Amino acid sequence: MTTTLSEADSKLLLAEYGLPVLDERTVPDSLSAGAAADQMGLPVVVKLCGDAIAHKTERNLVRLGLQTADAVQAAATELLALATDQDGPVELLVAPMVRATREFIVGADRSDEFGPVVMLGIGGIFAEALEDVVFRLLPASDSALESMLDDLVTQAMLNEFRGEPAVDRAELLAVVRSVASAMTARSDIASIDINPVLISEGKAIAVDALVALR
Amino acid sequence: MTSAPDLSPLFEPAGIVVAGASSHPGKFGFAVLHNIITCGYQGNIFATNRSGGTLLGIDCLSSVAEVPAGQADLVYVCVPASGVAGVLREAASVGIRAAFIASSGFGEGHDEEGQVHAAELVTLAAELDMAIAGPNGQGLVSTPALLCAQFVGPFPPRGGVSIVSQSGNLASGAMNYAAASGVGVARTISAGNATCLGLDDYIAWLADDPETTAIVAYIEGVDDARRFYETVSQATKRKPVVVVKGGTSDEGARAAASHTGSLATNDRIFDGMLRQAGVWRASDIGAAFGAAAALAIHEPMHGPNVAFLTTAGGWGVLTADAMSSSSVQLMNLPPDLMSQLDDVMPPRWSRGNPIDVAGGETRDTIPSALHLLAAHPSVDAVLMLGMGIQSNTAALMRRGRFSELEDIERICSFHERQDQRYAQAIVDASAQTGTPVIAASELALSNPENPGPATLHANGHPCYTSPSDAVAAFAALYARGRYLRSV
Repeated sequence: MTTTLSEADSKLLLAEYGLPVLDERTVPDSLSAGAAADQMGLPVVVKLCGDAIAHKTERNLVRLGLQTADAVQAAATELLALATDQDGPVELLVAPMVRATREFIVGADRSDEFGPVVMLGIGGIFAEALEDVVFRLLPASDSALESMLDDLVTQAMLNEFRGEPAVDRAELLAVVRSVASAMTARSDIASIDINPVLISEGKAIAVDALVALR
Repeated sequence: MTSAPDLSPLFEPAGIVVAGASSHPGKFGFAVLHNIITCGYQGNIFATNRSGGTLLGIDCLSSVAEVPAGQADLVYVCVPASGVAGVLREAASVGIRAAFIASSGFGEGHDEEGQVHAAELVTLAAELDMAIAGPNGQGLVSTPALLCAQFVGPFPPRGGVSIVSQSGNLASGAMNYAAASGVGVARTISAGNATCLGLDDYIAWLADDPETTAIVAYIEGVDDARRFYETVSQATKRKPVVVVKGGTSDEGARAAASHTGSLATNDRIFDGMLRQAGVWRASDIGAAFGAAAALAIHEPMHGPNVAFLTTAGGWGVLTADAMSSSSVQLMNLPPDLMSQLDDVMPPRWSRGNPIDVAGGETRDTIPSALHLLAAHPSVDAVLMLGMGIQSNTAALMRRGRFSELEDIERICSFHERQDQRYAQAIVDASAQTGTPVIAASELALSNPENPGPATLHANGHPCYTSPSDAVAAFAALYARGRYLRSV
């Protein structure tokens, strides 16, 4: 039986292992959501966040591209109203809005046959068509993790792309390394999913994260 | 079994017993004895047969227990499954330390009785401290011992590639490629059900075997993936390993590929595991042997830069295309190399890579250029195309009705000597510089007697049958170089 951590707690856990995260805030109510958005600079994203909430998009619990503090407050109020009794304690996650054309997926899992593994793959809307993913057994050497980037079939996704700079490989590797380190160090982690990792100005940004404990 | 069983009694036995030898040439028990005797094995050869008598000049014993103690290390077993345990106990009692079990009926059909026999084998291996190969395998080959303990062919020429296979006929397949390529075989084992000795046990032993310079493994599945990974990771530090993994199409695509768990199919993880362990994965046995042939005889490549010498234009264009989609590259020639080449090349040479002599070569052009290229520090490997073309022309002249003319004889001999020279230059330049120099020509396929490919083969070098196969070989050599630097 596994239990999930909220997005905020998942990121907090992974940040201990080196996951680069944005300046994000968790707040209890809509008023403080508006204030937080003002402080960090608009536009922002607001999400309803809680340990039992694993699939925010499917439940329509994410509000993107909010341009004003008023819009943030309104969205926050709406999200809080969507919380159900099963969700338990919830809060609001306010994060800077990141625009990107490229997405990756980074994760870790425990395989019955192979034990703990780490994965890097092409994310986004073509992920299912491409199924371009690379695995390594854990623990893995840094060179083994680094070669995961080389082993992606769709190398064009790592290079300069539609006027954007090439992916900063060290930054993407840092995301992979943090997931690998957390999975290796914490035997209580069942799985990790960072989906998506967005590429903005070449930098890798973990936009969502889900850690399941066992 | 301990973690690293000693397999020398299997591959270097002082004597061998065929248990269950048969007088019927269609039976395994006949064919294996025949192959052991005729391939030249020099150790003691014994055979057992319930009815006694003489088989292929050997006086049969009625049981393994009658073998003089200490006279044999290996028993090749082809009696029915129910009799195998008895044979192994007798073998242990006369000092035999290894067994190859060809017999089937050990659970490969998932029947209960077979599984009982299989469990018994595992117990016996520990109890008798015996290295047990098979069951349900075709046999083993060890060319340094002139040992062909298998009921099928071929007996390949001696060389550095060793083959471990979960399929008997793919073991034969790899050996057939060996025979065709000129790069021979050291050991081959058909692992059968791998009930006691697993693929990792063989790979671990071969990695320390001085006769083995590269390992090819055909794998359908492993019982303990972690143990396999640990063993192979150690093996690749010492010897290159090439793997063909069967059964990839069994992996049904799973539903929505949106999280790690659903994307984590066994084949994908296996693929990552092989890469992490420094293994070169090939898609089929031919490609695997092609990679292993290069890895067995050449140094790894230090970088991706390939210089490419050709006497013919069209192949050059296609080869450049093949290289552009691989991990190796058609290098830019540095100025000092250009001026060195100017000294040996005909005036109309391409002055770039591909290095095209444009038909203007004289006697020493190609050998001189090959040596220059291989010796230059910025060149990581050299490819030569056009091998055998002159001899191919000569072959047609020799078949024509004017072949008796003195001028024709003289030019044909010159053409043939030239191809021999080119092949010899490839062998020598590789050996002297440590830079891999590789030739490709379809003439190796259409006419292996052609002096170009034939001279390469006689020197234990492959002549790839297409430029894209040669490019794949470079990719394997370069991956090997990168891996060794990373560990």
